[in-house]
Amino acid sequence: MIDIERIKHLTYVDVTLWLMRAVVVLLVLAGTLGTIMKGRYLIEQWVDMLVFGLTMGGIYALVALGYTMVYGILRLINFAHGDIFMTGAYTAYFVAGPLGKAGFLEEHLLVGMVLITVTAMAVCTAFALLVERLCYRPFRHVRTLAPLICAIGASFVLQHSFRGMYGSTVRAYPDVTLFESQVDILGFNFLFIQLLVIAAAMVSMYALYLIVHKTKMGTAMRAVSEDRDASALMGIDVNKVIIFTFILGGSMAGIGGVMYAFVFKQVYFFMGFFPGIKAFSAAVLGGIGNVPGAMLGGFFLGVVESVGPALFLDGLGIVAPYQLRDLIAFTMLVMVLIFRPQGILGERLARARA
Amino acid sequence: MAFDVIASTFQQKAIAKTPWRKTVEVGLIGFGLMIYFNIVGLTGQFMERWIIESMATLAHTIFLGIAIGAGALAAHRNETLSPGARLVHAALAGLIAGAGLAILVEVLNNFNVRFMFVAMSPKLLAFLSFGVNAELASLALLAGGVVLGAFGGMLYSVPGIVRKPLVVGLASVWFVGLFAELILLASQFEVMEDIRNFFFTWEGQRLEGAIVVFCVAVGLSAFWTARGESIMTNYRGKGARQQKGIRYSLWLLAGVLFILFPMAAGSFFGQVLMLVGLYALMGMGLNIEIGLAGLLDMGFVAFFATGAYTIALFTVPESDVACVTPPCDYLIKIIDRPLTWFEALPLAMLASLVMGVLFGIPVLKVRGDYLAVATLGLGEIIRVVAVSDMAAPMLGGSQGLLSIPRPVLFDFEFSDPIHLFYLTLVSTIVAAYFAWALENSRLGRAWMAIREDEDVGQALGVNLVDVKLLAYGLGAVFAGLAGAIFAAMLASIYPHSFQLLISINILALIIVGGIGSLPGVIVGSAMLIGTPELLREFGEFRFLAYGIVLVIMMRVLPLGLWPSSVRKRELQTLEEAERLLKDRGAEGQKA
Repeated sequence: MIDIERIKHLTYVDVTLWLMRAVVVLLVLAGTLGTIMKGRYLIEQWVDMLVFGLTMGGIYALVALGYTMVYGILRLINFAHGDIFMTGAYTAYFVAGPLGKAGFLEEHLLVGMVLITVTAMAVCTAFALLVERLCYRPFRHVRTLAPLICAIGASFVLQHSFRGMYGSTVRAYPDVTLFESQVDILGFNFLFIQLLVIAAAMVSMYALYLIVHKTKMGTAMRAVSEDRDASALMGIDVNKVIIFTFILGGSMAGIGGVMYAFVFKQVYFFMGFFPGIKAFSAAVLGGIGNVPGAMLGGFFLGVVESVGPALFLDGLGIVAPYQLRDLIAFTMLVMVLIFRPQGILGERLARARA
Repeated sequence: MAFDVIASTFQQKAIAKTPWRKTVEVGLIGFGLMIYFNIVGLTGQFMERWIIESMATLAHTIFLGIAIGAGALAAHRNETLSPGARLVHAALAGLIAGAGLAILVEVLNNFNVRFMFVAMSPKLLAFLSFGVNAELASLALLAGGVVLGAFGGMLYSVPGIVRKPLVVGLASVWFVGLFAELILLASQFEVMEDIRNFFFTWEGQRLEGAIVVFCVAVGLSAFWTARGESIMTNYRGKGARQQKGIRYSLWLLAGVLFILFPMAAGSFFGQVLMLVGLYALMGMGLNIEIGLAGLLDMGFVAFFATGAYTIALFTVPESDVACVTPPCDYLIKIIDRPLTWFEALPLAMLASLVMGVLFGIPVLKVRGDYLAVATLGLGEIIRVVAVSDMAAPMLGGSQGLLSIPRPVLFDFEFSDPIHLFYLTLVSTIVAAYFAWALENSRLGRAWMAIREDEDVGQALGVNLVDVKLLAYGLGAVFAGLAGAIFAAMLASIYPHSFQLLISINILALIIVGGIGSLPGVIVGSAMLIGTPELLREFGEFRFLAYGIVLVIMMRVLPLGLWPSSVRKRELQTLEEAERLLKDRGAEGQKA
């Protein structure tokens, strides 16, 4: 039976929101149906899109972890995290470039990759700590927008310092034959690098999960994010925990940066900005402050962004649907925030913070 | 008490540092700064820019500044020591700072690191080593560091009556040198030619000019240091009415000078001030959302774009792209011609209002940082749509909309940047009045109530939905007005003008100015928009400076340059509470 009382109490805002929801769902359905009826894409193409989406998703997820852990502990948007991601990838170019040129990367791929990744992780961690020390620590007890602006400032400083240091040209990561080769699984062809990125992202995230959930430091991290004052009273060195969080976030960003660089083959000083914003959206999507949420949000965002234009928009007869990739990503973000403000995996922070 | 314990666990543990350690730390900061300036290429940019012609470049002055600053800071950190010991510490800090440059010289001389650090060129080596051989140069740099550090320490130790004028004098020479070109540009009158040529050439400040500037600044500063106190006492001794009179006449004088300035100084300054005005307009709008209602909005550029696009759609004459849009089409059927700018202006503001409300509805229930992301997403959606081919038949796609007519009022065409500046100025003043009136209205108080606590506000009878939507809508109107003027300024609009960066800039300027404060918006806009525009010659390094300024400003003045009186009072109460807490904590430890 329809609840008359509830309908009477609907305001125009509720009605608008319901309409919006209906319109989006209808558009998605119509688009999907249209695309399937048209049948313009082969099954191989769908699988390709899916795998590319998962690749991007893995990278987003790795970066998103940095946002989400810092938010969980400091209740602060680490706006410079996207640029920290850049610092590692850009600096590791100076390891990857010479190694590639010397042919070392082809012969001893594993050693080479370890060298590159460790460099990137170290640089990212160093800059994450530097930003924490200079921009966030002074504001630990301040509840204004000052730390956000400080973080934005840090983001500018990182970008333009690196532009000045390494130049504004785009630098190309070396080609590796193995990465470009096709792998045949179940009759589908995949690029090796994409599978590698997905696997590496999964492994690093699993390692992170173990650190956060099984080690003493991880327990301390979770305690601090639960209640900083109480955990300080329990004898946890909050300062150490915060530093550890930035180290973890920085190293994840470092791994993500190297992967990004090998997938897209190029690094430059502005490369961190948009992936940073996307990764942040992914963190929010999964429920910010929530580690598994960031992983889920990252993969989800990557896949929707990659499959979405073809699946939803092409069927509606929209020209050049790939230009609207970001539209899909952000629409989904806004829809999730409107109807599930705590993100997919939820977290009680949403209200507590307000 | 439990509360004290919690507070004290968060106090940074003050580790007792020995004087030497403090000094070395200060020196290392100087060391790092020296290396940083060179490695990011600032030196390369600054070494071609004279502060005093043929004597000191901007790069020189910065190195001097770092070394002297390191000395002064080391002396300051060790102020308990005797003056002699302080001097030694200051010299050591200067030495370490100077070592930064010396090491760079050695590295540059022996290795080629240019494949990685593009700025590390032979030219830089030549500059740093003054053309002599590297060993001699590094020794000279070390010695220079010692001398300058000691000078800094001495500067710290001498009494204020000597130090203040000296510092002010040096700073004045530096600023005049930095802005020499602009001062020249602003004083292109016949009568001033001799004076101009005495102070400047087009290359920079002349030595004679610098000496005069220095002497004048020292004189004024010495006078103020000696007599300022008594002047202020005199002023305070006057009646409230007289005080007000003096204050208002000073403000009036400043206002008149400001209004006349672009007319005298030329169109470049008109352009810069106009941009400052536009951003101040947008800042006032965003200030309603964030400062008053506490709604963190990072998609504000959407309203700016709405204003600009509305103007373009209604005023572009018979353009093939623009006029297939329905609203334009119907209107043209009714009135048979495209609108003029002034006719389209109310429509632009209305469109922004509607856009603001539409923007606000979905995010009504989203709070805090989530709101920032949601609005950021909405703003990006609008930009992506404007760029896309999908909306191209309506909005012109990535090529934008061209040939927007200039505003015409009673046959007067606003074509020059200076004319448009006056248009912006009038709009800003009117908008400021409305912003002020809104702040002090019932609605303004409702906004502040929900900013402090939504639930309490609601319990006190504030209609959350209406009040929030009004904040978005009215805030957007300001941005719409700014967008309309922006469209008239460029005479064409491109979706690439409406980047996320603009939202970030506006957010930064209202916070740097002092959130919730109207004069703060203008000060913030002048500082964050005006100054970078004036320093265009430094290219991309402006953004670096912008970032550094943001970080430093927030650390030094977290409340902004001109905080609103309410916030100031809040902070004072907070500080008092903290002090009380600290005192009690200290007592507790003693007991």
